[in-house]
Amino acid sequence: MKIQEADAKSLMLAQGLPVPQWKVARTPAEVEAAARRFLDAGADRVVVKAQVLVGGRGKAGGVKLAGTPAEAAAIGAQILGMDIKGITVRKVLVAAAADIVKEYYLGAIIDRAGRRITLMASAEGGVEIEEVARQNPGAIHRVSADPLLGLLAFQARTLGLAIGLRDPLLNPFVAIAEGLYATMKANDADLVEVNPLAVVAETAADGSKTQRLVCLDAKITLDDSGLQRHPELEKLRDLDEEDATDAEARRLGINFIHLDGTIGCMVNGAGLAMTTMDLVKHYGGEPANFLDVGGGARHETVCGAMELILADPHVNAILVNIFGGITRGDEVAEGLIEARAEQSRDVPMVVRIVGTNAAEAARLLQEAHFETATSLDEAAEKAVTLSKGAAR
Amino acid sequence: MSILVGSDTRLVVQGITGREGEFHTRASIAYGTKVVAGTRPGKGGQTAIDGTVPIFDTVAEAVSKGGANTSVIFIPASGAPDAILEAVDAGIATIICITEGIPALDMIPVVEAVRRAGARLIGPNCPGVTSPGRAKVGIIPASIHAAGRVGVVSRSGTLTYEAVQAMTDAGIGQSTCVGIGGDPIIGTTFLDVLKLFRDDPETEAIVMIGEIGGSAEEEAAAFAAEHLKGVPMAAFIAGRTAPPGRRMGHAGAIISGGSGTAAEKIAALEAAGVRVADSPTQLPRLLIEAGYRP
Repeated sequence: MKIQEADAKSLMLAQGLPVPQWKVARTPAEVEAAARRFLDAGADRVVVKAQVLVGGRGKAGGVKLAGTPAEAAAIGAQILGMDIKGITVRKVLVAAAADIVKEYYLGAIIDRAGRRITLMASAEGGVEIEEVARQNPGAIHRVSADPLLGLLAFQARTLGLAIGLRDPLLNPFVAIAEGLYATMKANDADLVEVNPLAVVAETAADGSKTQRLVCLDAKITLDDSGLQRHPELEKLRDLDEEDATDAEARRLGINFIHLDGTIGCMVNGAGLAMTTMDLVKHYGGEPANFLDVGGGARHETVCGAMELILADPHVNAILVNIFGGITRGDEVAEGLIEARAEQSRDVPMVVRIVGTNAAEAARLLQEAHFETATSLDEAAEKAVTLSKGAAR
Repeated sequence: MSILVGSDTRLVVQGITGREGEFHTRASIAYGTKVVAGTRPGKGGQTAIDGTVPIFDTVAEAVSKGGANTSVIFIPASGAPDAILEAVDAGIATIICITEGIPALDMIPVVEAVRRAGARLIGPNCPGVTSPGRAKVGIIPASIHAAGRVGVVSRSGTLTYEAVQAMTDAGIGQSTCVGIGGDPIIGTTFLDVLKLFRDDPETEAIVMIGEIGGSAEEEAAAFAAEHLKGVPMAAFIAGRTAPPGRRMGHAGAIISGGSGTAAEKIAALEAAGVRVADSPTQLPRLLIEAGYRP
């Protein structure tokens, strides 16, 4: 689960990371008030950042600087309501603009091959790390935390030295790296990223200049499997950015991802669901969704899944592909028959049920006059034909 | 022979009294697997499966009194990491964890503990392992298998059934079918299973079923290019049409930062001389084109 920058910053702050203050604003008036607060407290300028879960906000014009409260309000009015990659901006983050001396990158990820948490750092911060990885892979330095002992201080130090940090910034870097690791562990995160981790110049009350490391941005992705033991994190789910069907799919306990095609798919098992989509495409059609009803689906799940598929007005054909293992084919067939009796609109459908109780399923489907298929390829081809026929 | 499970398997079912545990234990026994014990803390001394399988409180007792050497885990995600570690501590050599939804960070120290103990963990979030005609451990339907000489390794569940069924229908039997699991952190990778197949005298050809996310298929391809020359191989990769950045059901199936795509995996496999199918039903034909004689 992705969470917004402001929420990610809260989670980092809770682990003691140096994150400068911010305010979240939902209206231009709130942006103005927040900007006034930072400017009155001595900031030269404020930054206004769109809070959306897609990357590339800056390039899309979703990050801007303002020198006065009025200017901030105008920028707020511009960014709020803006469309970034299909997402409407509903809130912005307002913070004092930092006096940046140098930008670094620091991220913690799960290294699948190494089966460890790996920290990555680069002196080329403030740009997309994927871009750095392509252009200059040598500029990214890594250390892997011990799987039993965790991230060790010397490892964090090695990483800091590798990106060129020295006294007096080295020890603060070690603390930040440890804080990132702690943030990952505390929240069951897949990814914790600070880009940029910046050296900023600050002027103390007595006029003396100092430099310190701060986390200017924050990105966290949470492991969906960990959410059950972190009910407080479930609240960070941004319902504004969800497809209307996402919440319903969660309630039903199915995996559903909306796509742009016309052929609705209902499949058991994630790998087979992806394969079914791939074959629809292979035979010249476009899948309307990824839908894994999971193992052991009964008719309530099947009916709910059918409603989700039909809720998409672009769907003009449906492909049901069930390979019964734990799932019993006859129960799915009963669910399909019930769903068709109740469904809001009539869409041509091809059903393939094999495996556990397939014979009973075949009998039920035949009695109810369903169009069926034996092989996966045949089912996909038929669905594509049905979809093309319906489009005509 | 066969790999991982076979005629020598003496199975303990951790969580034998649960709904799934009991159901699939019955299927394993019906297939001919030797199930020597079940565990359910607090119910030691009782029996399961109509009085045929003794229940022990601990895995250690299942080993000392029941002679178990392999375990299968049907325990919810909150208790599964502990169940794996208990099996390791009891000296179980092969641990097969069916449980889905274990947080990835829980698995990091567990996988390390398994490695240090010299044990082998399959999964989690996997359908299990079948050596047709010998033993079936996990939830793979018995009906799809035929005994033979092709090793199958897969990250998926029902997609594996699809591929194995297609092989059986085409008269191509299997030595062992291994579901390694769809999670980001798993105990045994494609690469590990390929090594086992290479060393198994009864495995003459290999089918690999991968999906988007991570780079395990690429690592397996590199190994195949170097160490499996002359072994007929065919593969299928699910997720050609998956959009980036979305988790496609399996926690491990996500294209991130432009890597982990099906196209990259297919290219790596083809470069290694592995034939890649457009549909799982093509796998039998590709195996034969690769030189396999059923």
